[in-house]
Amino acid sequence: MTAVSAQRPGVARRVAGRILSLWIMPVALVLWEVVTRWIQAVYFPPPSTVLVRLHELWFSGSWRTFFLTDDAIGNFLPSFTRLAIGWVLGCAVGVGVGVALGRSTRLSAYVDPLVHFGRSIPPPTLVPVFLVLFQFGGSMQVATIVFGVVWPIMINAIEGARYVDRQYLDTAQVFSLSRLDRLRRVILPAAAPKIFAGLRISVSLSLILMIISELVGSTDGIGHRMLQAQGLFDIPTTWAAIVLLGLMGFLLNTTFLLVERRILAWHRGARRTD
Amino acid sequence: MTVRKVLRGAIGVAGFLLVAEAAGRLGLIDPTILPLTSTVLGRTIGLAADGDFLSEVGATLLACFAGLLIAIVLAVPAGVALGTLPKVERATRPLLEFLRPIPSLALIPLALFVFIPTHNAKIALIVYACTWPLLINTMYGVRDVDPLAKETLRSFGFGSLAVLWRVTMPSTAPFIATGIRLAASVTLIVAVSVELVAGGEGIGAFLTHMSTGAGNMDFVLAGTIWAGAIGLVANFLLTGAERRLFRWHQERVGGTS
Amino acid sequence: MLEINHLRHSYGSHEVLGGIDLKVDEGQLLCIVGPSGCGKSTLLRSIAGLLKPTQGEILINGVPVAGTPDNLAVVFQDYSRSLFPWMSVADNVALPLRRKGMSGARRRTSALEALEQVGLEGAAAKYPWQLSGGMQQRVAIARALAYRPAFMLMDEPFGSVDAQTREDLEDLVLQVRGVHGMTIVLITHDIDESVYVGDRVVVLSKAPSRIVGDLSVGLPYPRDQIATRQLPEFVRLRADVGRLVRGVPG
Repeated sequence: MTAVSAQRPGVARRVAGRILSLWIMPVALVLWEVVTRWIQAVYFPPPSTVLVRLHELWFSGSWRTFFLTDDAIGNFLPSFTRLAIGWVLGCAVGVGVGVALGRSTRLSAYVDPLVHFGRSIPPPTLVPVFLVLFQFGGSMQVATIVFGVVWPIMINAIEGARYVDRQYLDTAQVFSLSRLDRLRRVILPAAAPKIFAGLRISVSLSLILMIISELVGSTDGIGHRMLQAQGLFDIPTTWAAIVLLGLMGFLLNTTFLLVERRILAWHRGARRTD
Repeated sequence: MTVRKVLRGAIGVAGFLLVAEAAGRLGLIDPTILPLTSTVLGRTIGLAADGDFLSEVGATLLACFAGLLIAIVLAVPAGVALGTLPKVERATRPLLEFLRPIPSLALIPLALFVFIPTHNAKIALIVYACTWPLLINTMYGVRDVDPLAKETLRSFGFGSLAVLWRVTMPSTAPFIATGIRLAASVTLIVAVSVELVAGGEGIGAFLTHMSTGAGNMDFVLAGTIWAGAIGLVANFLLTGAERRLFRWHQERVGGTS
Repeated sequence: MLEINHLRHSYGSHEVLGGIDLKVDEGQLLCIVGPSGCGKSTLLRSIAGLLKPTQGEILINGVPVAGTPDNLAVVFQDYSRSLFPWMSVADNVALPLRRKGMSGARRRTSALEALEQVGLEGAAAKYPWQLSGGMQQRVAIARALAYRPAFMLMDEPFGSVDAQTREDLEDLVLQVRGVHGMTIVLITHDIDESVYVGDRVVVLSKAPSRIVGDLSVGLPYPRDQIATRQLPEFVRLRADVGRLVRGVPG
């Protein structure tokens, strides 16, 4: 490793190094396959079985539907839609209210206790409440996601907007920026690193809340499908759903981090030279 | 200043409750669907003296404590090991990066198969969920240890175990404390979720039970308020303990940033 | 141009400004010098409308200051926190022009012109944090110039840069003043700097500060970092200002 880095490896070698550093993945998979086949554990099917199930259940459809099966379309689509709507709504409300509260000490003094209480309620406890209020159907799941993600986003946005460097605000005032420009070009960018910290938490939280809302009160969605499999003692499908949700979590996080890196490139640059 | 802040907070809470009560009384919100605030508050106080409810709360809290404790026992040593042995850390990193995004609640159906009484499944999932913040914070803390402090002790002839005990552990402790606080906030979410799905005992089971019977919305909301109160107190205690125990750490971190 | 009458300011029971009366003529370059902690910055913040003084009034062109005056620009000491790290250098310079109803293209041209005046035409696309401290302060000056103010306030603008850069920036201020002819009030704790840059030096006492000296600087232009500083007049003025700052009776 040291010998390689001493002579500045080329791109090809770096990529090769990256791939080699993943050696543990195939080793773990093979080990898991061998052990599960050997001891024949009922609840731990070999990974090959899980992958085959994952493929035939959801990804063996026609090319017209991007290889998705009817089962996949019927469950993924409602899940993704609710996740997206819930997350976007939660972000909009959380950032909007949070920045407003952060900029007004008086207003935030009035609602601070309510915000802290709201944040402390474990979001799944509201599933039964929303179940009664919205009945079955999409809104209960969306409401659960919105309620869960709104607090970490709001609390981070409050902090970000509250502690904007005084000199930034002075500069904005000296050059008579309009209120809108001050918000868009000074306060929001200055609060952005904090806001993104809240959003980062909210991404994985929204996925968790999507799952629990679908496990408890849903007639479709990935969580519901998983519960169905559990009821039928269909263990490979349960595992396939876990792998699918794990992949979803991985993809969502990775995408978010890429976007964050791009938008906050200035922040990392400025911090490095400080 | 702080007196005024407390006063404003109280006014805010009172205002919220009054508006909600008025909305119910004026018929803006149907009280048969969402009960009056006064009814809910009455139920909330009533539940505090309700032995059955208290034993449900006890069951949830017990699972949370047990899960958190087991997770600490497993994840902190693992974090120390990974933090001190960079080669092992590098080798296992892809595996951890692959496992970490798996949402803990996706494992509920599997856990219910494997761990037979629901209670055990609940604890197992709490352990899984708590492991990540604990492991990562511990690892980060160990790597953050000042190498100079370690060198100093080594130059006085102390062995690696002594260095681990006298330098690495004390300076990692605040990071572990942060990990514990983060993990604790997750325990309640996981516990309630498992109870909602699988029943058994606990706040989640109480809520499910109440929401299936018609007209028990006041009990459901009262239970939710208690869950929030428990979360609030837990966070308050842990944040306070962290601040009190590791004031030196906060000052150091605050000073450099 | 600028008129200050009986200005007083206190933070709680601590009085910083103990009654200041000052008149600045159009086109003048006034340096205000005083010991550290004497309330120089409070004075500047009051003129800029960033702070409401406890007592007294400030008039710019006969109009009382309420909020920040339109034709005023400020160069702060701490360039790293006064330039926005999330915007390119050109965007930073162009930002204040949004208020002037210019088109995007015109804002950009003005910004590039201003950058050229401070010798930074090549840095337009960079971010402020990619530049050295002295260059960042040049960007801040360019931003003030692009705004075309009638009146420029500078709060210890060269307090955080090294000696060589400091001399370059002093000459830059003299040069842009020669081109634009705006009124400048420059606050500093450096006695040499006040005499070298200003046509007039006002000395403040320790808090609660009052004006303890008001000297006219008759040094010839163009000034030169070496030749000017050797003139007997410069040496005499420097000694006078120094005595006033230290509170030693002349």
